Amino acid sequence: MATAPAKNDIAGAFKDAGFWALVALGLFLPLIGFRAVQDIHNELTLETRWPLLFAFVAIVAAGRLLHNLLIAPWRERRRVAARAAVGAPHWSARLGSVLAPLFIGFALAYPAIAVWLAGAGGAVKWIDNFGIQILIYVMLGFGLNIVVGLAGLLDLGYVAFYAVGAYSYALLAQTFGFSFFMLLPVAGILAAFWGMMLGFPVLRLRGDYLAIVTLAFGEIIRLVLINWVPVTNGYAGIASIPRPTFFGIPFNASDEGFAAVFGLPLSPIYRLVFLYYIILALALLNSFVTVRLRRLPVGRAWEALREDEIACRSLGINTTNTKLTAFAIGAGFGGFAGAFFAARQGFISPESFTFMESATILSIVVLGGMGSQIGVAIAAIAMIGGTEALRELDVLKEVFGNDFDPTQYRMLLFGFAMVLIMVVRPRGLIAAREASVHLAARKKISGALVREGRG
Amino acid sequence: MTALLRVEHLTMRFGGLVAVNDLSFTTNRGDITALIGPNGAGKTTVFNCITGFYKPSEGRIALAHGAPEIWEELAALTQRDARSVARGDGALFLLERMPDYLVAHRAKVARTFQNIRLFSGMSVLENLLVAQHNPLMAASGYTALGIFGIGNYGRAERAAIAAARHWLDLTGLTDRADDPAGDLPYGAQRRLEIARAMCTEPVLLCLDEPAAGLNPRETAELNELILRIRSDHNVSVLLIEHDMSVVMEISDHVVVLDYGVKIADNVPAAVRDDPKVIAAYLGVEDKEVGRVEAEVGL
Repeated sequence: MATAPAKNDIAGAFKDAGFWALVALGLFLPLIGFRAVQDIHNELTLETRWPLLFAFVAIVAAGRLLHNLLIAPWRERRRVAARAAVGAPHWSARLGSVLAPLFIGFALAYPAIAVWLAGAGGAVKWIDNFGIQILIYVMLGFGLNIVVGLAGLLDLGYVAFYAVGAYSYALLAQTFGFSFFMLLPVAGILAAFWGMMLGFPVLRLRGDYLAIVTLAFGEIIRLVLINWVPVTNGYAGIASIPRPTFFGIPFNASDEGFAAVFGLPLSPIYRLVFLYYIILALALLNSFVTVRLRRLPVGRAWEALREDEIACRSLGINTTNTKLTAFAIGAGFGGFAGAFFAARQGFISPESFTFMESATILSIVVLGGMGSQIGVAIAAIAMIGGTEALRELDVLKEVFGNDFDPTQYRMLLFGFAMVLIMVVRPRGLIAAREASVHLAARKKISGALVREGRG
Repeated sequence: MTALLRVEHLTMRFGGLVAVNDLSFTTNRGDITALIGPNGAGKTTVFNCITGFYKPSEGRIALAHGAPEIWEELAALTQRDARSVARGDGALFLLERMPDYLVAHRAKVARTFQNIRLFSGMSVLENLLVAQHNPLMAASGYTALGIFGIGNYGRAERAAIAAARHWLDLTGLTDRADDPAGDLPYGAQRRLEIARAMCTEPVLLCLDEPAAGLNPRETAELNELILRIRSDHNVSVLLIEHDMSVVMEISDHVVVLDYGVKIADNVPAAVRDDPKVIAAYLGVEDKEVGRVEAEVGL
């Protein structure tokens, strides 16, 4: 397409758009064109929705045309420019080092900003739905990043370790009454143990096969949670899980409660701010550990494993142990996040640990740029914050009429955003990798050279 | 002359295909041994057996460290179900019993690959540090101490960087130390792979076609580098090569394979004039085929 003359290019672009409009027509005709409606006589009648169908086909055609005429040539130009500047990484490579302190500063001040802007009552939503929710996924993203981003082991069942952490905390706290901070490491260790249990059978698998087995493992854990009713209470889940306390002071309305002890007006905000700082501390700890691990031989061995497993073995690296440590440490962080999730919700059930969660966490890692911490944080904000923010888009009602429910279109818009980002930045938001050690100059390594791992 | 590596009756079958058939040869300490033969003769299969990537169907591959008296243990070690034996300052390894990473880690056999296998997304220096994984891992207390900054990991890493620096200087890659390995030109990638293998501090370096794709000037530099490695670092070299300017100039001893069978094993000058070797490489006139085949034993 790039070498063809401009005139043909435009004709070709229209032809291509027309073709995809036809494909869309074929696809959407049964899905959107017809609708079965029950009338007052309880009879099903077929309703047609031609204008809506036409709108969908037009969107596809216009989008394809836009891609052919504007985005594709722009990407081609950029690719040529990138080839001309070999070794010179993208401007976004520098972004990480600038953004990291800003991010941490903002995250620390966020509850104060939320309370200041929205008041104590209004801030609840902003701290809980946005702050804590995003940070849980940042934490999970960091954990999966070790397995997928650094070691290059595609894990589609990561949610299993999140579930193990959550159920470990819930069951141990309810049965033995241990405190949250005592059980947090226990939940992490148990999840890490299950990470290794998963690791053993999949050691010899690579790429797609590994993905399938890890996917199955995630489902096995969920099905066990559903069916092992005497322990997990099945679908009904575990309720009234003990909440974390502030050094023994519970967050409740009693006389020994946090508000009463400190002489503050009663409000749910204290508990949320406390939880927010717990998960922020966990995420920062996770990030700190990952940064340190990358500079230790084990971290370099993970990345070497992603680049070339056979070469690793020829250098005397025990790839079995290396893979197992990646699985175990990644799973351990998932377990921390799970324990926190259980403590925050107070209720867990297998519904919270479906494949959709694994997919979301994996898309955060891929979207952020595999191996990049700051990229994962940005992606978590965009994906989790974005889907939450779509709930708030009542403005759209004024455009599409009162029947329009923006929450129903959340996943669609989410999908559009994913496609767009993968077209513009196929290697993720932060695609460059920083070397863990340097002799003379700190240089970034362009994502084009970094392998994605087939092992 | 003491033996470093003894390959005895090595046979490797893949289903019905016999890639290597009853191959025996010895590499002496400090020697550069070339393994040559036409395409498909089984040279790389031999390499993969020696470095533990393949488990041979039959045969014994023994490698000795330290005092030559350790060879006396060979029969006893073979009888026992053990991988290695150590006595005094010597150690004897049966490579066919060891997994690939232990061949590199314990028996200290390093290798390069025919199609270069660098960690292309990692910097040149990182490539050389990954090669020093095992000593660094021990220095970091198997991560448990290093993660808290306890112990002497910092010093060990500085020493590792110094070792890497030494090999960068020798291979002329010091200026590119912080560049990604995948960005290097082809010849530099070949040199980096040798440097990376040498960072594991091997006693035997196995080079699989190190001169493939190099221009004559680079080939001459490669010869110099290999000779340098042998003399300065007391490392024996086993190399597969098609480029006869490398084989004839630097090797002390040439083993020729054809269809998995050893057809010659001698000093380079003798191998060059061996009629069987000429027949294997160039073929023979039709009227001579019968005579030569009878001679070669086909």
